Amino acid sequence: MIRKIILLVFTVGSSLLFITQLVLLQLINSDYSERSRDNAIQERPIYPTRGLIYDRNNNLLVANKPVYDLMVVPENINAFDTLALISILNISKKDLLSKIKSAEKFSRKLPSVVVRQLPVNEVAILQEKMWKFPGFYFQKKSTRDYIIPIAPNVLGYTSETNQREIKTKIDYDLGEMIGRQGIEKTYEKLLRGKKGKELFQKDRFNRIIGAYEGGAFDQTPEAADNLVLTIDANLQAFGEALMINKRGGIVAIEPQTGEILSLVSAPNYNPNLLTGRNRSKYFRKLLNDTIAKPLFDRCLQAEYSPGSPFKTLNALIGLQENIITPETKFSCNEGHYYAKGAFMKCHCKKGTNNNLIRAIYNSCNTYFAKTFKSLIESKSSPSISIDLWKKHLEKFGLGDYLGYDLPIGKRGFIPGSNYYDRWYPNKNWGATTIISNSIGQGEILTTPIQMANFTATIANRGFYRKPHFKKTFSKSFLDSLYPKNKTLIDKIHFETVIEGMHQVVEKGTARIARIKGVEICGKTGTVENFIRINNEKTQLTDHSIFIGFAPKEDPKIAIAVFIENGYWGARWAAPIGSLMIEKYLKGKVMRQWLETKMINGSLIAEYQKPFLGKPFVINE
Amino acid sequence: MSKNIFLRLDWLSILIFLLLVSFGILSIYSTTFSEIHVSIFNWSTPAGKQFLIFTFCLLLLPLILLINPNIFEHLSTVFYVLSLVSLIGLFVFGEKINGALSWYLIGGFSFQPSEFAKITTAILVSKSLSSIQIDLNKTSDLIKIILSIIIPVILIFLQPDAGSGIVFFGLIFVLIREGLDIRVLYLGLLLVLLFILSLLFNPIGLSIAILVIFLLVYRLIVRTYPKTNKKPFILVFGISALFIFSVDFIFNSVFEQRHRDRFNIVLGLETDSKGIGYNINQSKIAIGSGGFLGKGFLNGTQTKGGFVPEQHSDYIFSTIGEEWGFLGSFTLIILYTILILRIIFRAEKQTQPFPRIFSYSFASMLFVHFFINIGMTLGLVPTVGIPLPFISYGGTNLLAFSIMLFIYLNLDSNRLN
Repeated sequence: MIRKIILLVFTVGSSLLFITQLVLLQLINSDYSERSRDNAIQERPIYPTRGLIYDRNNNLLVANKPVYDLMVVPENINAFDTLALISILNISKKDLLSKIKSAEKFSRKLPSVVVRQLPVNEVAILQEKMWKFPGFYFQKKSTRDYIIPIAPNVLGYTSETNQREIKTKIDYDLGEMIGRQGIEKTYEKLLRGKKGKELFQKDRFNRIIGAYEGGAFDQTPEAADNLVLTIDANLQAFGEALMINKRGGIVAIEPQTGEILSLVSAPNYNPNLLTGRNRSKYFRKLLNDTIAKPLFDRCLQAEYSPGSPFKTLNALIGLQENIITPETKFSCNEGHYYAKGAFMKCHCKKGTNNNLIRAIYNSCNTYFAKTFKSLIESKSSPSISIDLWKKHLEKFGLGDYLGYDLPIGKRGFIPGSNYYDRWYPNKNWGATTIISNSIGQGEILTTPIQMANFTATIANRGFYRKPHFKKTFSKSFLDSLYPKNKTLIDKIHFETVIEGMHQVVEKGTARIARIKGVEICGKTGTVENFIRINNEKTQLTDHSIFIGFAPKEDPKIAIAVFIENGYWGARWAAPIGSLMIEKYLKGKVMRQWLETKMINGSLIAEYQKPFLGKPFVINE
Repeated sequence: MSKNIFLRLDWLSILIFLLLVSFGILSIYSTTFSEIHVSIFNWSTPAGKQFLIFTFCLLLLPLILLINPNIFEHLSTVFYVLSLVSLIGLFVFGEKINGALSWYLIGGFSFQPSEFAKITTAILVSKSLSSIQIDLNKTSDLIKIILSIIIPVILIFLQPDAGSGIVFFGLIFVLIREGLDIRVLYLGLLLVLLFILSLLFNPIGLSIAILVIFLLVYRLIVRTYPKTNKKPFILVFGISALFIFSVDFIFNSVFEQRHRDRFNIVLGLETDSKGIGYNINQSKIAIGSGGFLGKGFLNGTQTKGGFVPEQHSDYIFSTIGEEWGFLGSFTLIILYTILILRIIFRAEKQTQPFPRIFSYSFASMLFVHFFINIGMTLGLVPTVGIPLPFISYGGTNLLAFSIMLFIYLNLDSNRLN
């Protein structure tokens, strides 16, 4: 009997065995589906072109241009004229051969990049000869095209993601464009759009043999948004021209809205250098310039002593805290003894008796030192007073990040009681110890954008909106994104100080800044500064500073200009600030002679002094 | 007894046959599908060719059904000799494809005589076994039968085409059914077990382990039947030990690396999914990724990508697994099982020995193909190049198995004559 059922048992047994294996493979183990996906389907991203960037007047600043990567599929290479290829490509034979070799190492059947980001004109020459070079082809990509090559520090730059990055940035592919700095980085999400994908069926050699499922699972990319900036391209370009051969920064803000009209950092560079094939070469060059530091944004990252412009703030605090009134007078004799044996110099003649407005337009050190001293000594301890003072200043956006929409910045510094307690553990410090703060020297540090911002706050008579670069198109958006930050100072006090600032331009230190038909308010500054040369503290020529706004009533522009080692505020900063205001308010500059003088003026010789290795004279 | 042959036919088998071949042609079409050849009826494509052969088989069906069933028995020797001649002729006129001299090329058609040798050998063995004088327990008779099987096998092995040769060993089921000492089966199973064990373990350790087991079993039996003879135990152990060492020797010294690899992969001793294990790995991925319902006809990504080598012939089952999922592969296995069981049951109903033995031989060969092919595709059996009858691409194979089926149908329909 058993003989009859053996084959039967074997048959049924095998089919049960097979069904079990099928259950294991198909129903229980999901691993195989994933492996099949990896195996047979290639996902290829489709990138939307990056969003365009416009200035506030809808001038196109940044667009995109095609570039081409030269690709090679090693399997398809025949013998070709190496010489012809390298002469068009402008690379060495060694480079070409090593690229091909590493491509072969990667895969014989898959494409590898030989030369990145060739511009259209080079490709055009090569294209008609491509038939001579089997295995090579061009792959189109997109890179940034700076139509108006300005404001590289604001716009930032893009580059391709690298191997290391894509491990953390899950949504990015290798070689995808990513915003690295500036606006490109801040608004990466908006400018990038949402990439789509195409699925392809691969064969066993990893070659693409067609669309997967006829494209049923493909996703079309979502177009990127265009971006309108608050920057005024004309003003920005004008500012950059004025800053040629100088170092420093200009920040112009529309006070009512906090919109940044221009942000000029000098020296800068042509943003088009950081696109295309030679990007890394130029980038390294810029990065390695550790003296001029073109990649260092002096408007946002440089912390300077604010100098005399800071007196306006001390005046406001003095008024608000009832230390002084507009009528309060202090006498000055080319300076004064603020403590026993401690004399602070001033420009005022002997026997001058200034009220507040005169003190502002004459920039009287004595007046503000005495005011500050009274302020500090007005409370039961200097700690309380200085912290009150600090609280006022913080309301002007000082001593911390302003929160603008660029990824870099510095906090600046406003000292408080805990800072001095640390330096003087016995708490034996007082008004005289910290008197330099009264005239904007001492421990205070501000960045040019912070200076422009407090200028705007004064222009607004007591509030500021966070400075920003992305234009908003309705009042409600503006209010929700950039609400008014109010100071603790009454409006009436601002009027006093503003009148003083107006007199600065009318008959004070910044008479050069006067513009016919425009009421300008301003304040100059001249700031002592030091560097270390061979470990020795060495004084350099003073920084030239100007803050200002115009028109006096209903201000349209507030500006801070900082010229490193420019000496008197009236020498460089005030005229440059004035020209900027004129350009913005009037559209063109009438004072041709001043414009020419400022554009052609150079401080290069001044900057070289410390590096020539011999003694030098400052403040010439 | 109905006069009408149509009413006497085994329609279930015919239905399964039609289903299997249609399923096969669809799968071949899918594996070789490209956007260029869109029509399934394009004769230059594998699916088209298979369809052509299928049509030819359908034309052959009535002819074979109408033949007097006694003819097969009478002409068995002639068929057998003819097929031996065709096998020998290969060494002179044969065409080498994929390293094996297994093909004749006649007028654009390639033709594989080993497939027909399966039919003729089955007929000859059935004829020999059905003679009244034969006694499989008589050594001379046994040798005669075994020789008639082994001669074509040797000729086929020489091509070399191990896969087609192995199928003939399926006839061992027939010999057992017809009275061969059943202990041969047990010994065979023991040897298969020992074969696997000796690949997995050290031969000396294994021999000692088996000796211990034998001693224990012997003592257990002696306790109940004190008169038990020692000799068979010693003999079987001797054979086992000898077998273990010879397997070890043959495997390591006679086999080529590629043969060794095939066993090692199934036994899980090697897991090189890129190199030697590529086929099986890709086949398993294809099948596994099919899931319950499959990816749908012409939608198998593994299939389209051509990841599984020989997918339209030996690995056709992986396409079915991928595109038709568990549902399709399960159905296929069930259809196959029903077909084999059906043939066995109908064979057992035969009153005459020749039709019974032939049907049984057919079932045995089908089983070997089924077991090795699907087992290999599922990664359960070492890789042996052997098609899945009625499904795989291959004209001669389809033709030969169709003819065998039709002969079975003929014999079955004339059961009561």
